Amino acid sequence: MKTTDNGSGDVRLSGISKTYGSFTAVHPLDLTVPQGSFFALLGASGCGKTTTLRMIAGLEEPSAGTVHLGDQDVTALPPYKRPVNTVFQSYALFPHLDIFENVAFGLRRRGIKSVKKQVEDMLELVQLGEQARKKPHQLSGGQQQRVAVARALINHPKVLLLDEPLGALDLKLRRQMQLELKRIQTEVGITFVHVTHDQEEAMTMADTVAVMNAGRVEQLGSPADLYENPQTTFVANFLGTSNLIEAEVDTKSGDDIVLKAGGGKLVLPEARCSAPTTAGGKVLVGVRPEKISLVHADAAGEIPENRNRITGRIAHSSFIGVSTQYVIDSQVCPEFEVYAQNIERDARLVPGADVVLHWSPAHTFGLDAAQDIDAGIQEEAAV
Amino acid sequence: MPFVNWFRRNLVVIAGLLTLGYLLLPNVVVTVFSFNKPKGRFNYQWQQFSTEAWKDPCGVAGMCGSLSLSLQIAFWATLGATVLGTMIAFALVRYRFRARGAVNSLIFLPMAMPEVVMAASLLTLFLNLGAQLGFWTVLIAHIMFCLSFVVTAVKARVMSMDPRLEQAAQDLYAGPAQTFLRVTLPIAAPGIAAGALLAFALSFDDFIITNFNAGSTVTFPMFVWGSAQRGTPVQINVIGTAMFLVAVLFVLTSMVISNRRNRQKA
Ligand SMILES: Nc1ncnc2c1ncn2[C@@H]1O[C@H](COP(=O)(O)OP(=O)(O)OP(=O)(O)O)[C@@H](O)[C@H]1O
Ligand SMILES: [Mg+2]
Repeated sequence: MKTTDNGSGDVRLSGISKTYGSFTAVHPLDLTVPQGSFFALLGASGCGKTTTLRMIAGLEEPSAGTVHLGDQDVTALPPYKRPVNTVFQSYALFPHLDIFENVAFGLRRRGIKSVKKQVEDMLELVQLGEQARKKPHQLSGGQQQRVAVARALINHPKVLLLDEPLGALDLKLRRQMQLELKRIQTEVGITFVHVTHDQEEAMTMADTVAVMNAGRVEQLGSPADLYENPQTTFVANFLGTSNLIEAEVDTKSGDDIVLKAGGGKLVLPEARCSAPTTAGGKVLVGVRPEKISLVHADAAGEIPENRNRITGRIAHSSFIGVSTQYVIDSQVCPEFEVYAQNIERDARLVPGADVVLHWSPAHTFGLDAAQDIDAGIQEEAAV
Repeated sequence: MPFVNWFRRNLVVIAGLLTLGYLLLPNVVVTVFSFNKPKGRFNYQWQQFSTEAWKDPCGVAGMCGSLSLSLQIAFWATLGATVLGTMIAFALVRYRFRARGAVNSLIFLPMAMPEVVMAASLLTLFLNLGAQLGFWTVLIAHIMFCLSFVVTAVKARVMSMDPRLEQAAQDLYAGPAQTFLRVTLPIAAPGIAAGALLAFALSFDDFIITNFNAGSTVTFPMFVWGSAQRGTPVQINVIGTAMFLVAVLFVLTSMVISNRRNRQKA
């Protein structure tokens, strides 16, 4: 990645918002995308990702706020005067032009005469050298998508906006294109703003992810940071899976908070709690399924001290090769998920068995209990 | 049984050929009778083969003059109706203005109105305005009734056009004029061409409206009608056949060109 020269290429959105009539698609939003970074906007359908992107491109006029590219205020600039290019969700290739002319379009409009070499190199980069004289409708979906990327990328914009460009591809082609895009971005060093509703895609590709929900940015950070330290139930559930337990603040001891849940006690480092903690107040305690160890109730004595523990009964188990996924019925939480690596499998861990779950307090996070505990949970079919 | 099966398998082809024959039979008659040498003044009965009329197509007094006038009117009416109609179609699809719904349905009115009624009302209008009947009144009338057809053809095309294509052009540094010339117009072109062809055909052979509003001017359809009272010269069939051949040639050339272009690309 290229070094930033004083943020001269940063994208800065200040208080930007968009309303359609009485409906607010994007609530006032502040966002800075550092130059040369791979930035992902992640959120469920209809949360305002495309609208945000279109305001950066100039295709949508913000109802309030400003867009800066580096030091320049571009809010009033029409799209054709912004050093920004877009890869449209629907590709939007020109049907009357062949692939070569589609890719050359931006160069020609800027009055560049000798485009042949550049276009051929770009088509080579996206492995479409052979298809230069075909029309868009003669290409497969994946090929069209690569043309859309090439058509935007050839202009070397300061910022490349990608609107769910991999949405229509099958899993294999999608992985391949993800790697390709990431490689191009690191090589060319331009800023990518990538819109997606696929959390895995956002996490594998982006340096920074902004999670959007209902027109607001819920949380912004590196993929690992978002995953390990979610600040809201939406982020906790939307990125991966979280087990959330309703608990009551009991006492504080040092840097830790001691909580009551069901009959037992749980320990939560105060630094990992994003909610106010007054004694007697409610908190949602969260833990990721893969952080949890599972032992049979008969072997509970082997569990080390200082671990958070919960008892329950196995309701379900499904073997998926590298791991086994258990669903545990427990007093504090009806469907507790545990992912156990298949290293040494205990033959006693079958549905119906009484078990003890335990995990390190350091892997526990605390959330404000005033939120909807199920926010951001995705239907299987929708993913 | 084998025949029934054969019939079933080729039903579509047979139906297609019958329809085609139904469509082409009048043209065949026109062509055949252009080589006729009628006994009297009426070209309604086959007598003997002759190329006399083809050798002297303008041999009938006033006919070629009326033909040239009809072609001129058709040309200008097509141009006027296509330009205006295209603009109306874009306005109706792209812009939300207050009278949009009303305009949308009013545009269809000239198509629905009986032509005779329209012709008579136009004449009333022209007379009340004190307009001199002739070339200009005919042209104005033709542009008026061609307009609805052009608007309908272009509108269908523009409506099916993805607005994101124009946004993509803008995103790729094309200003409004460039976007229109490089993206909008080429994509809308088939619709505009269809509208223009329709306008030309409608204007060229319109009789009723023209007859009411032409004054002493005589267009080709009016000439044919007029001469049919006294006798039908073979030259009328010659002109008809020639027009038919020009149209067929036009279609064939465009097909060959697009075929060759596709083959080069592939
Ligand atoms: N032109 C418009 N008029 C009215 N409402 C609109 C308009 N465009 C978008 N919206 C609304 O704004 C909200 C955000 O739309 P947007 O296209 O930004 O969603 P998105 O996050 O990109 O969703 P997806 O993942 O499905 O593409 C949606 O609820 C949508 O219905
Ligand atoms: Mg979208």
